[in-house]
Amino acid sequence: MIGFAVPGTSVLHRMRPGVKLALLAAAVTVLAVLRDPVQLAVALALSCALVPLAHLPLRQTARQVTPVLWLLAVAVPVHAWFGTWPDAAAMGLRILTAVTLAAVFTMTTKVEALLDTVQAALRRVPWIDAERVGLVLALTIRCVPLLAAIVREVIDARRARGVGGSLRAIAVPVIVRSLRTADAFGEALVARGYDD
Amino acid sequence: MTEIVFEHVAHRYGDVPVLEDVSLRLAERRIGIVGANGSGKSTLARMVNGLVQPTSGRVLVDGLDVARRGREVRRRVGFVFTDPDNQIVMPTVREDVAFTLRRHRLPADQAAARVDDALETFGLSDLADRPAHKLSGGQKQLLALAAVLVARPAVLVADEPTTLLDARNARIVGEHLAALPQQLVMVTHHLDALADFDRVLVVDAGRIVADDAPAAALEAYREVVA
Amino acid sequence: MSSRSTVRDLAQIAVFAALIAGLSLPGAIPIGSLGVPITLQTLGVMLAGAILGPRKGTLAVTTYVVLALIGLPILPGGRGGLGVFVGPTGGYLLGFILGAFVIGWCTARLLPRYRILPALLVTAIGGILAIYLIGVPWTAVTVGIPLDAAAIGALAFIPGDLIKVVVTVLVASAVHRAWPGIIEPKPWPWAAAKAETDASGAPVDPEASGRPAVADPSVQQDDRS
Ligand SMILES: Nc1ncnc2c1ncn2[C@@H]1O[C@H](COP(=O)(O)OP(=O)(O)O)[C@@H](O)[C@H]1O
Ligand SMILES: [Mg+2]
Repeated sequence: MIGFAVPGTSVLHRMRPGVKLALLAAAVTVLAVLRDPVQLAVALALSCALVPLAHLPLRQTARQVTPVLWLLAVAVPVHAWFGTWPDAAAMGLRILTAVTLAAVFTMTTKVEALLDTVQAALRRVPWIDAERVGLVLALTIRCVPLLAAIVREVIDARRARGVGGSLRAIAVPVIVRSLRTADAFGEALVARGYDD
Repeated sequence: MTEIVFEHVAHRYGDVPVLEDVSLRLAERRIGIVGANGSGKSTLARMVNGLVQPTSGRVLVDGLDVARRGREVRRRVGFVFTDPDNQIVMPTVREDVAFTLRRHRLPADQAAARVDDALETFGLSDLADRPAHKLSGGQKQLLALAAVLVARPAVLVADEPTTLLDARNARIVGEHLAALPQQLVMVTHHLDALADFDRVLVVDAGRIVADDAPAAALEAYREVVA
Repeated sequence: MSSRSTVRDLAQIAVFAALIAGLSLPGAIPIGSLGVPITLQTLGVMLAGAILGPRKGTLAVTTYVVLALIGLPILPGGRGGLGVFVGPTGGYLLGFILGAFVIGWCTARLLPRYRILPALLVTAIGGILAIYLIGVPWTAVTVGIPLDAAAIGALAFIPGDLIKVVVTVLVASAVHRAWPGIIEPKPWPWAAAKAETDASGAPVDPEASGRPAVADPSVQQDDRS
C-alpha cells in the first residue's frame, strides 16, 4: 500500500504498532519537559541512531524531517528574539527530535498494520461501530487516487479552456463529480450486500 | 432459472416519467436490453435488485417482492455497473473481492478459497495484491465481475459493462460474461454480443417497444433509432 | 460512526475525505488575475463542512486527518505521518476538524434558505477563526513564542482563506439548491427553545424540508468540463 514504510526486519519493524505508538508518546512527553539544550542534543543523537538501527535509508528519512527544518529556520531566531538563545536551541532540538522519532515510527510501520491497530482499539469502544470505521478508512484509501485524478483533470481543463484564475471554476465541477462519485459508491455498496 | 417478474411497473423522477407500465416475465438464460441513451434501460436494470424502486407496480424475483425483501433479492441478483471505478470499494484487488463475502458469515478458510477461485477464474491471481487503481480499465471490470460472482448469485445484471472499454477489452469482458453459468440480464450497445442470446428487449422512451429473439428485436431496434 | 450513518453517508464521508486529499496534493496553484498561488487543502475542509454538514463533514475531515497521521502521503507536498502532528503545525490538523464542525453546524441552521451573507460569516468563523484558534496557540506553545508573534505569522494566509470562504459559500449555495437534503436543516438553539416554550409549537415549516429538486443550470454546465 502507498505510504512511507520501508520494509525491514529490525526490532523497530517487528515491534507491535500499539507498543511503538505508546513509546513514541512517552518519548515526546519526556522531550516536552527537558529544558537543557545539552540533554536535548543527546536525545536528538539517540533518535538519529535509530535510523541506522532500523536500516532506514538516509535520504528518505531526511525527506520526512526537512520540512520542519524550514519552519525552525524561522522559528528559532524568533524564539531567541523573545527569549534567550539556549532556550531557542532547546526548542529547535526538541522539535527536531520529536519529528525524527515520528519519522522513524512512520517508516517502520506499515499503513495496514496501523489500520488494524486502530480498528482493534476501536472495537473496545462500545459506541463506535469499528467495522464501519474500517470500511470508511478503506474506502477513503481506495478513493484518494480517484479524487486526485478528478481534481487534476478539472485543473487541467480549466487551463485548456483558458478560464484563467477562477477558483470557483475548479470547485464547482470537482464538487459535482465528488457527489456523483459518492452516490455511485453508495449504490455499489448496497448492490454488494452492504445495505443497512 | 430465476424468475424475474415486472407487474405494471412505472417509475418517475419527480414528475418526469422514465418507465411506463412495464409488465414482463423473464426466465431465459440470456436476456439482452438495448435502447437509446436515456430510454430507461438503467432504471429497468436497477429495479431487478432494488437499487431503484418502482413508483407504481411491483417487481418480483422468485416470488420475492424486491421492495420489501431487498436484501434477500440482492443475495440472488448480482449487479455490475458501467464504471468499475465506482464499484471497486477496497484498496487492493484481493481485499475488494473478499469484501463481498464479509456479510456471508463463511468460515475464513472457505471464504479465502472462494476469493482465490474467483481471482483465478477472471485471470487476476497475479494481480491479487495490486492497488485496484493501478489496473487497466479491462482488468478493473474483470475485478468488478469477480467481486460480484464470488458471492455466487443466481442472476447477474450487467448495465453496459463494456461501454467504457476499448474493443479488445470489451471482447475479453464479453467472453467472460458469455461463459458464465449464471442467468444474465445485460444492457449493452454492443449488438453483436447479443447474437446468441435467448431474448432481447428494446426500450424506447420508457416503454418496451420490442421483445423478441435477437434477430427480430435488433431489426426493430434499428427501425426505432432510424 | 453511529448507527445513524447510512451506507450512502459512509460513501459521502469517504469521498469527501479523499477529496480533501486530492485537493491537498497539487500544492499551490495560481488563482485570480494576479495568479496568486493558493493551496486548496483548507478549501476541501470548508467544503466538507458546508456541503456535508456537521456530522458527515466532521467525520470526513477526521478521516482525512487520521489517514494522514497513520502515514498516507496526503498532506500538501505529499507529506504524511506522525511527524507533522508533533511539529509546530500539528494544531492545524485538529483545527480542521473543529472548523468543519463549526461550518457544518451553522450551515444546518442556515438551510434550507442558505442566505449568502450569514453563510459567508459562519464559513469564515469556522474556516478561518476556528482553525487558527487551535493552530496558532499550538505553534506558539511548541515553538515557545508569544501568541501574538505566532498570530502575525499566520496573517499572510488570511487573504487566500477569504477567497476560499467566498468560493465555498457560492459552491455550497448552488449544491444545496440542486441537491436538497444532503444536510438536514436544524433550528438555531434559541429558535428551538422558543418553539418549545410556545405551547402551540409547530416549528417545522413543511415546505422547508420538501423543496423540489431544482436543477441549477450553472452546476450542470460546469459538470461537462
Ligand atoms: N437520479 C435521477 N434523477 C432524475 N432523473 C434521472 C435520474 N436517473 C435517471 N434519470 C433520467 O431518467 C431517464 C432514464 O435514465 P436511464 O434509466 O439511466 O436511461 P439509460 O440507462 O437508458 O440511458 C433519463 O432521461 C435520465 O435523465
Ligand atoms: Mg444507462
